[in-house]
Amino acid sequence: MRFTLEIWRQKNAQDEGRFEVYEVDGISPNTSFLEMLDILNERLIKEGKEPVAFDHDCREGICGSCGLFINGRAHGPLPNITTCRLYMRHFKDGERIVIEPFRAKPFPVIKDLVVDRSALDRIIQKGGYISVNTGSAPDANSIPIPKAVADRAFDYATCIGCGACVAACKNASAMLFVAAKVSHLAMLPQGQPERRQRVKRMVAQMDSEGFGHCSNTGACAVECPAKIPLSAIAQLQRDYIWANLTPDLYAR
Amino acid sequence: MSDILTAPAPAQTRTGISWREGTLLTRNNCPEGELEKRWTRHKDSLRLVAPHNKRKLEVIVVGAGLAGASAAASLGELGYRVKVFVYHNSPRRAHSIAAQGGINAAKNYRNDGDSVWRLFYDTIKGGDFRARESNVYRLAEVSVKIIDHCVAQGIPFAREYGGYLDTRSFGGAQLMRTFYARGQTGQQLLLGAYAALQRQVELGNVQVFYNHDVLDIVVEEGKARGIICRNLITGALHSVPAHAVVLATGGYGNAYYLSTNAKLSNATAIWRACRRGAYFGNPSFVQIHPTCIPQSGEYQSKLTLMSESLRNDGRVWVPRTPGDKRPPHEIPEHQRWYYLEEWYPSFGNLVPRDIASRAAKRVCDMGYGVGPTGRAVYLDFSDAIKRLGKEVIYQRYGNLFEMYEEITGENPWETPMRIYPAVHYTMGGLWVDYNLMTNIEGLYAIGEANFSDHGANRLGASALMQGLADGYFILPYTIGDYLATQLFVKLTTDTAAFREAEKETQQRIDRLLSIQGKRTVDEFHRELGKVLWDECGLSRNAQGLLSAFEQVRALRERFWREVYVPGTGEEFNQNLERALRVADFLELAELMIIDAYHREESCGCHLREEYQTPEGEALRNDEEFAYVAAWEWNGENQPPTLHKEPLKFEFVKPTVRSYK
Amino acid sequence: MRTTVEPVSWLHTSVGRKIIMAATGVFLMTFLVVHLAGNLLLLRADGGAAFNAYAEFMSTNPFIRVLEVFLFAGFVIHIYQGIYFISREKKSRPKGYALNNAGANSSIFSRTMRLSAIVVLVFLIVHLRHFFVEHRLLGSPYTMYDLCKAAFENPWYSLFYVVSMVLLGFHLAHGFYSSFQTLGLILNRRIEAVIKWAGAAFALGVPLGFAIIPLYFLVKTF
Repeated sequence: MRFTLEIWRQKNAQDEGRFEVYEVDGISPNTSFLEMLDILNERLIKEGKEPVAFDHDCREGICGSCGLFINGRAHGPLPNITTCRLYMRHFKDGERIVIEPFRAKPFPVIKDLVVDRSALDRIIQKGGYISVNTGSAPDANSIPIPKAVADRAFDYATCIGCGACVAACKNASAMLFVAAKVSHLAMLPQGQPERRQRVKRMVAQMDSEGFGHCSNTGACAVECPAKIPLSAIAQLQRDYIWANLTPDLYAR
Repeated sequence: MSDILTAPAPAQTRTGISWREGTLLTRNNCPEGELEKRWTRHKDSLRLVAPHNKRKLEVIVVGAGLAGASAAASLGELGYRVKVFVYHNSPRRAHSIAAQGGINAAKNYRNDGDSVWRLFYDTIKGGDFRARESNVYRLAEVSVKIIDHCVAQGIPFAREYGGYLDTRSFGGAQLMRTFYARGQTGQQLLLGAYAALQRQVELGNVQVFYNHDVLDIVVEEGKARGIICRNLITGALHSVPAHAVVLATGGYGNAYYLSTNAKLSNATAIWRACRRGAYFGNPSFVQIHPTCIPQSGEYQSKLTLMSESLRNDGRVWVPRTPGDKRPPHEIPEHQRWYYLEEWYPSFGNLVPRDIASRAAKRVCDMGYGVGPTGRAVYLDFSDAIKRLGKEVIYQRYGNLFEMYEEITGENPWETPMRIYPAVHYTMGGLWVDYNLMTNIEGLYAIGEANFSDHGANRLGASALMQGLADGYFILPYTIGDYLATQLFVKLTTDTAAFREAEKETQQRIDRLLSIQGKRTVDEFHRELGKVLWDECGLSRNAQGLLSAFEQVRALRERFWREVYVPGTGEEFNQNLERALRVADFLELAELMIIDAYHREESCGCHLREEYQTPEGEALRNDEEFAYVAAWEWNGENQPPTLHKEPLKFEFVKPTVRSYK
Repeated sequence: MRTTVEPVSWLHTSVGRKIIMAATGVFLMTFLVVHLAGNLLLLRADGGAAFNAYAEFMSTNPFIRVLEVFLFAGFVIHIYQGIYFISREKKSRPKGYALNNAGANSSIFSRTMRLSAIVVLVFLIVHLRHFFVEHRLLGSPYTMYDLCKAAFENPWYSLFYVVSMVLLGFHLAHGFYSSFQTLGLILNRRIEAVIKWAGAAFALGVPLGFAIIPLYFLVKTF
């Protein structure tokens, strides 16, 4: 297969950046998108040109490293998939493919298609956990949790932190990311003691990182490789309203 | 260390593999006495550091996978000052995240007769009696607490309708002791450790340095004093001092180029530690996982693992006629050869990984292989779907089925999956004592980076167990014993050792960039991988290993002459990162080959064709090889020194491992 | 987890503002229903008697007058938050995409809330000027019915009115569902389906109800 690639090139954070056009040919339909870029890079290196920088690691859709904005969509033309799990058989022979980095103010470009997503970690730092020290836990089966609840918590817990929700959102909101963690822990009895503080603190951090507001377009859930449902956002909203509108009986 | 300043000597004219005999390693800090009480008694005998003093002690943790993140979080909770270095753009990206199947623990929630002893026994037998009894028993003992802690962290393990934890069976065990979170157990456990780590970051106990590649370990007077790292964004080198250094950098399976490891996984930190004097234990012990998606073309960048748990319900078969090219559904039942069920009736499709992998290779070598390349066998779910229904199978393996379909374009609900073995995990790693400390004082290795607990073969669902055991429940105790002696050591990078290490690292980088050859790093890496896979993979023989040894030396020499690394060292340069890693793989590969050559027996993953039973099973030689091979590096193109740590079996009797 | 006092009031966070947006949105939607019910009286062939009585009631009843204050406040807050969000849009993504195929992952209604809001706002201003200001503040000698009739018989005004109603429909097509989602009321798939269905019905029905009136007057002139 043959493709014309329009790739965003940017030397570093200070550089203006621009698109450059490359042709690749002889690509097997069973090549993954990233392997196609590998092939391009091998050629560029051989030609003495600068290869394209892009993030990747596990290449099986779980580490959340990769993230390209392909033909106007986060992680490319298929819904609920990571870039590394996208195969060239999903493109038409001869197609023109536009490849951009994920764009958002909190995701500054490092080089070419590589962006800094550490803002997401800083949100987790504000409360995306249950404060338990190693060694202090009771027997695992002392806290029975209904299967349906555990399953639901699991659905929310599968977020891979790739930032596609932010990239796809017209407002560059990180709401689905935050909501996934809030909802995961809100489901579980272990998550209750810190529930009020967690949602408030994580939302405050999300704002101060410069993410936009959520306007419920649902683009995030369509692109989310972990299939985090929009019900996570509804759960966050409920928790946020509850945490702010009802009195905290134990607050000093 | 002057050898890296000058060009390496041309490949030695002397052919053949040689090594120097070293000492007997008898000091491994293993306690004596009753097995059940060893860890407890050992803990009680360790030195302690008072809380106000812990604040004065700095620990560097390299890597934030299950072992690294759990260790860093736990050390932070204790009050130590911890600095974590990761080459990823977030500590949540480590490859532990990709573990699918589950985590073993001797909880006996199933009432099926499980116990710490049985988990211990299964693990040591699964490792073909090449691991320490004390370590493995401790692992089984703390496994119980891991599950408790992880549940308290909010990890959504699978549950029964009654709300209690569910378990499933796994290869190499006749009990259901594997806890799981659908097909994403590693992800959930890692995110738990990551969250605990982030909590410590918020509390100010831990600092995480993203995009920092650790390129050398600084050793002064036999003690680890810090690291040299490169900021991958700016390219700047930094010297960082600490009272102790913990390496939690995972395995080196990527030496084979194609493996189930993440693309960035590498051996640089442990290899550099080895070059600084740390012993490397059993480098040739590499696990080859039986259930991976077969390679489909030259361009392929990695192999994808399908969880071993698939073998719980899937049946492995090949057509009874070699070269049968009919599509699988046209092959009638009586013409299908369920070779695992036939060869190993009591374990069937659930034999340990090494056995399943070799069996697949054997049937393919015999010409029964399927698929376009003939290097694959079928994994068939049609019986299980009939018996349990689509719904149940979906619940158990839904994401794996989807993944398979995405990659291959085939629908596993209708046609059996095609699988083939692939490099997956390295049992070998830095040699550590019972305290998880290498022979360099203050340098620790945990998780897959050390050699310790899995012997010559790791059982499924044990890697997660070991990583978390080391990080949550072992290192936080044992490291204090050393740190207690370091209270009055003033941290500084203004020493000859730091200056020298930083200078050497800079020179290594400059040299790579100055070669300006014609070939890419990946070309060398692919070539190295092919040599290792062919000669030091599923089965090995002396002749092949000798040839591999020569090939790797020649390849390394060519690498330093012909490689082309574009760009500069003062910027974000992914090719430079890769070149540094491949350079280290090229050195480590030689040690792997030497180790495989020297071990004239078969055990676990290590099948020497000269030493096998008539049925093709591994033939151990306990008389001569019941030891850990701990290799000391003596310089480039120099024979390494072999130190032997004898393995004493006081509680279990090494038997012929039979899964028949 | 540390318990810290949030630096900003919760109503000033992005989520808090969104909740205000949704709450005022729901309130304004109830107003739309009442307004529509009243307007439909225009269709009664009684020369405007019923409608004028209703208009009289609405402008004199003290309870309604109090509600009117709330209604104005609702509009002002809803619009203010909207302007705030619009002003923020560029800030969270200073550099946009060269190619953005948003149509593949979100509805046109959800992506055109700004456009529909602006059109509805312009309509609201014209509408208020024409009826509310004219009747209530300037003390127009005409009855409310006459004002309406005169306006609707002007094809340009009617066209403007109908187009505005289409855009109001756009706004509601997303706004209805979005409000319930933001208030956290969508608890499960079933409720989600009901809300989406009701939202579609509302977004179609209410603007259609409004738009029928000018069309009715326009047709009558021929």
